[in-house]
Amino acid sequence: MTAVPEPFDVAGAGLHDPREPGAEVTTHAYLCTGCPLGCRLEVDARDGDVLEVRGFSCRRGERYGRQEHVDPRRPLSTTVWVEGATIRRVPVRTAEPIPKAQVVTVAEALRGLRIRAPVRRGDVVLADALGTGTDVIVTRDLDRVAG
Amino acid sequence: MVLTAEPRNLASRYDVVIVGAGPAGMAAALGARDRGAARVLLVDREVEAGGILLQCIHAGFGLHAFDEEITGPEYAQRFFEQVLEQDVDVLTDGYVMDVASGGRVKLMSPSVGVTGVDAGAVVLAMGARERTRGAIRIPGDRPSGVMTAGLAQKLVNLDGYLPGRRAVILGSGDIGLIMARRLVLEGVEVVGVFELLSHPSGLTRNVVQCLDDFDIPLHLSTTVVGIHGRDRLERVTVAPVDDDRVPIMAKAWDVDCDTLLLSIGLIPDAELARTVGAQMDPLTGGPVVSGTMETTVPGVFAAGNVVHVNDLADWVSMEARVAGDGAGALATGARRPEQDIRLLPGDNVAYVVPHTISSDRPHTVSFRVRRPIHGPTLLRLSDVHQRKVRAVVPAEMVTLKVAPRLLEGFHGDVLRVDAIPATDDRAGEDPS
Amino acid sequence: MGRTLAHDVVVIGGGVVGVTLARVLSRYHLDVVVLERDAEVGFGVSKANSGIIHSGIHGDPATVKGALEWPGNVGWLRLRDDLGFGFAQVGELLVALAEDELPTIETIEAQGRRKGVPGLTRWEPERIRRAQPNLSREVIAALWAPTAGVVNPYEAVLLIADNAVRNGVTIATEQPVIAIDPPDPADPGGPLVLRTPTRALAARYVVNAAGLYADEVARMAGVGTFTITGRKGEEYLLDKRLAGLVTSIIFPCPTATSKGTLVTPTFDGTIMVGPTAEATDDKDDTTTTPEGAAQVFAAAKRLVPAISERDVIAEFAGVRAVADTEDFVLGATARRGFINAAGIQSPGLTAAPAIADHLVEVLHDEGLALREKRDWRPRAEHPVRFAVLSTEEQAELAARDPRFAQLVCRCELITEAEIVDAIDRGARTLDGVKFRTRAGMGRCQGGFCTWRCLELLAERCGLPITAVTKRGGDSWIVCDRSDAAEAPDPTAEAPGTTASGIELAAAGVPADGG
Repeated sequence: MTAVPEPFDVAGAGLHDPREPGAEVTTHAYLCTGCPLGCRLEVDARDGDVLEVRGFSCRRGERYGRQEHVDPRRPLSTTVWVEGATIRRVPVRTAEPIPKAQVVTVAEALRGLRIRAPVRRGDVVLADALGTGTDVIVTRDLDRVAG
Repeated sequence: MVLTAEPRNLASRYDVVIVGAGPAGMAAALGARDRGAARVLLVDREVEAGGILLQCIHAGFGLHAFDEEITGPEYAQRFFEQVLEQDVDVLTDGYVMDVASGGRVKLMSPSVGVTGVDAGAVVLAMGARERTRGAIRIPGDRPSGVMTAGLAQKLVNLDGYLPGRRAVILGSGDIGLIMARRLVLEGVEVVGVFELLSHPSGLTRNVVQCLDDFDIPLHLSTTVVGIHGRDRLERVTVAPVDDDRVPIMAKAWDVDCDTLLLSIGLIPDAELARTVGAQMDPLTGGPVVSGTMETTVPGVFAAGNVVHVNDLADWVSMEARVAGDGAGALATGARRPEQDIRLLPGDNVAYVVPHTISSDRPHTVSFRVRRPIHGPTLLRLSDVHQRKVRAVVPAEMVTLKVAPRLLEGFHGDVLRVDAIPATDDRAGEDPS
Repeated sequence: MGRTLAHDVVVIGGGVVGVTLARVLSRYHLDVVVLERDAEVGFGVSKANSGIIHSGIHGDPATVKGALEWPGNVGWLRLRDDLGFGFAQVGELLVALAEDELPTIETIEAQGRRKGVPGLTRWEPERIRRAQPNLSREVIAALWAPTAGVVNPYEAVLLIADNAVRNGVTIATEQPVIAIDPPDPADPGGPLVLRTPTRALAARYVVNAAGLYADEVARMAGVGTFTITGRKGEEYLLDKRLAGLVTSIIFPCPTATSKGTLVTPTFDGTIMVGPTAEATDDKDDTTTTPEGAAQVFAAAKRLVPAISERDVIAEFAGVRAVADTEDFVLGATARRGFINAAGIQSPGLTAAPAIADHLVEVLHDEGLALREKRDWRPRAEHPVRFAVLSTEEQAELAARDPRFAQLVCRCELITEAEIVDAIDRGARTLDGVKFRTRAGMGRCQGGFCTWRCLELLAERCGLPITAVTKRGGDSWIVCDRSDAAEAPDPTAEAPGTTASGIELAAAGVPADGG
């Protein structure tokens, strides 16, 4: 047995710019997830205000960098029990990305939820999930099967 | 609606028969209909059309096809709605056993038995399969609890079971990364992801959103070297590897787990292409295809992961539209374009698809680099075309669009595709 | 008449020896039970071996194992004719790589001739190259023995067991024998009483075919006169692409403990290399090891240089049951009615039919009456192999039963009807289905068919899916979610259709979501 090596951390791999001495501006590294390009973004911020975003290739990337620093959000996809359909789990997702910190709690809230076929794509299974302002919706149709 | 539609009557003859109703097959059906093929049959072995999309419940689909980010099931359903609108016959629970010369398609299904239909053209769209434990030779016991990430995905997302309670994931392919997050969200402990290579195999986005967000450690240049457990998996031994990817056993350590998910790559599920006698490309594991995605067997086309493993379903669908278009054209009596220019993988290029192009129409040339270049990179098609991108990694497929005008002055028969560090700034940067 | 309650013969161990004996006994009016500790028969070394039916030349006829090798080979031909499992007489080439190995070849040839093995021929290099062009150029001489063959050992064991059951034998799985009662002083000629965790059985005769644990079983009977140690053999299967690399079994000259590493064209058309021969303290140690692989490939490459580790598609290990006498331990013991069939190391698979015949003689000598049944049915009812049928035959089957048109395993083209038949014939585990039908043995290694096989096993055996295992014991495949209590009950009446489509049934979730 030997010591477990430090795991690799993409976000922090040589990108994190330490606080400049004497300056209030801090630089933060993020990886843009808007598309498969995965642009390496740098965000300059002071007191939570974003001053500049660098490294993006499109406007969505710039918005992402800003958002990721101020209010990181994630889409949540999971499944819930469905009764009377050909499969036992129906896929659901948040209609919009929700605060990153609430992803796990919303997923937990959906555990144990049980719905009944038929369902249609877009049906709401959990409205305003845990006060995020975002509905959780079904992502596919499922007909009722006999028996 | 569910993604099934029993054909009212299976016709004895179709213009185009498509094998597989995933993102490739459905798009090929639409491409064939657009090109004027009147009778199109889509065959899938599962009870519903949609293929692997149905178990890919995560977002990340549709940015190109629908200009909107949606999940796999939504992507499948939207395509399927179009397929039904286009009066395509769909045979689910069906399996194409053989395609004989002359276009006789042998198929089986509980609804029609073992039977044959004639096809003007055939599109192979069977997708890919996962590499298994046998492919990487991990010594040790053979307990239960070792399975591919894709099988685990089906068990969790469709069937409502868990593959275990405490999982290790070998390989940082996208399915493995996505399953790491799925398992955590469903209450399974994920101890870590181990990757033989010095860089992640999956998309960066998935490393961030599936691992970093959940503090799941990613161990690069580390692999599983032993599997232990009589009945059920009890632990694995992992070890870092040296520059030649040889495990350093002196630094090995044990990890307790009851589940080992393998996310060690996909292989084109191209057995049928091989059976019908199509020439295969050892670099992709799929058939050699022309600019219309026709294999070397006349009338047999192929598209999507059965040709080469793509990163995105959207790209699969785009490529399959080309195949469907080609198959539809051939079946309705159009002449085959002259395929006179061969594409060869050059510097730092692992493979190129298609293998030949014609100068009469635009083509999208897809390829994958062998080694990452973390800086401005020139994607070059001999000296007829080039494009500069900011970086390339093997995990992300790259494309070059080749318009007919670029080939006007070209009179050779081979074009070489290179991906090399950009040394000057003459070429304009293309951020797409 | 208390004895009428005792079974005539209880065979401990459902390996190839146990089931072959049971099948021979099934031709007589006898009540025969086979007790198997695993979830299914043949799950021990009987399915994890080279699958070779030896030519008959290898064993010294002065030993029991050497004497039964050739009659065993002949017995397999008979079994094949009755049961029709895959068995190809591909022949073997015993090769010499150096001058000093020539005397060994001479000795073995003379031994084979003494035993009456037909067809032995010495081949010169030119003949060797013509027949096996991929053999090493270092091969200077060879002995050709055409009687050697290859079988699917698991297919054979299962068909033998099926046929025994069809003729009235009872096979009880997951029944390890944990105790044998001492003789009853009041009834010294009375039956033996065997105990498993869930049953107690009385038997007039007990045959100890318990493989690696036969020494423990003998000790339970009070006749622990031998010990069994494990000798592990690792085997490596190469990609089907290499089919035809060799067309006969290639043997190097043997050493004291082993026949050496062989290159075998298996019945299924793959090339197998192995086995190793490592003593192991752990009788259940079926691990493959980097050292074993290195040893196998070093030796195999000496015979066939084109062989490469890179072509491995599967690997496994089996543990041979070796008695301290280094020979089979066959025959009656000091305990009345307790008969050993132990220490069945190589060539155990080959010798099995001869071992069974020998044991029947022993039982008869010990007083077992053998009255032949009129209605003994030696032929097997064959499972259908849809994949190998003609299109017309496939269409006919599918028209009769739509489950023959329902594909489950696409790599090997196995239909639902075949899976169901395998379960009806006794498959209880995923491995059992796999070994009977080949579902899950192909390129995707079960990636696509595992779930359907699980469903069918659960359905036919009346088990929850979480109780279905890979090979019995604790080898579960999937477990329940933490919220499984909320899972829809598939057996419940379908609730009435709701207009909204969505109904919230979980507590603690606001019900206004629909």
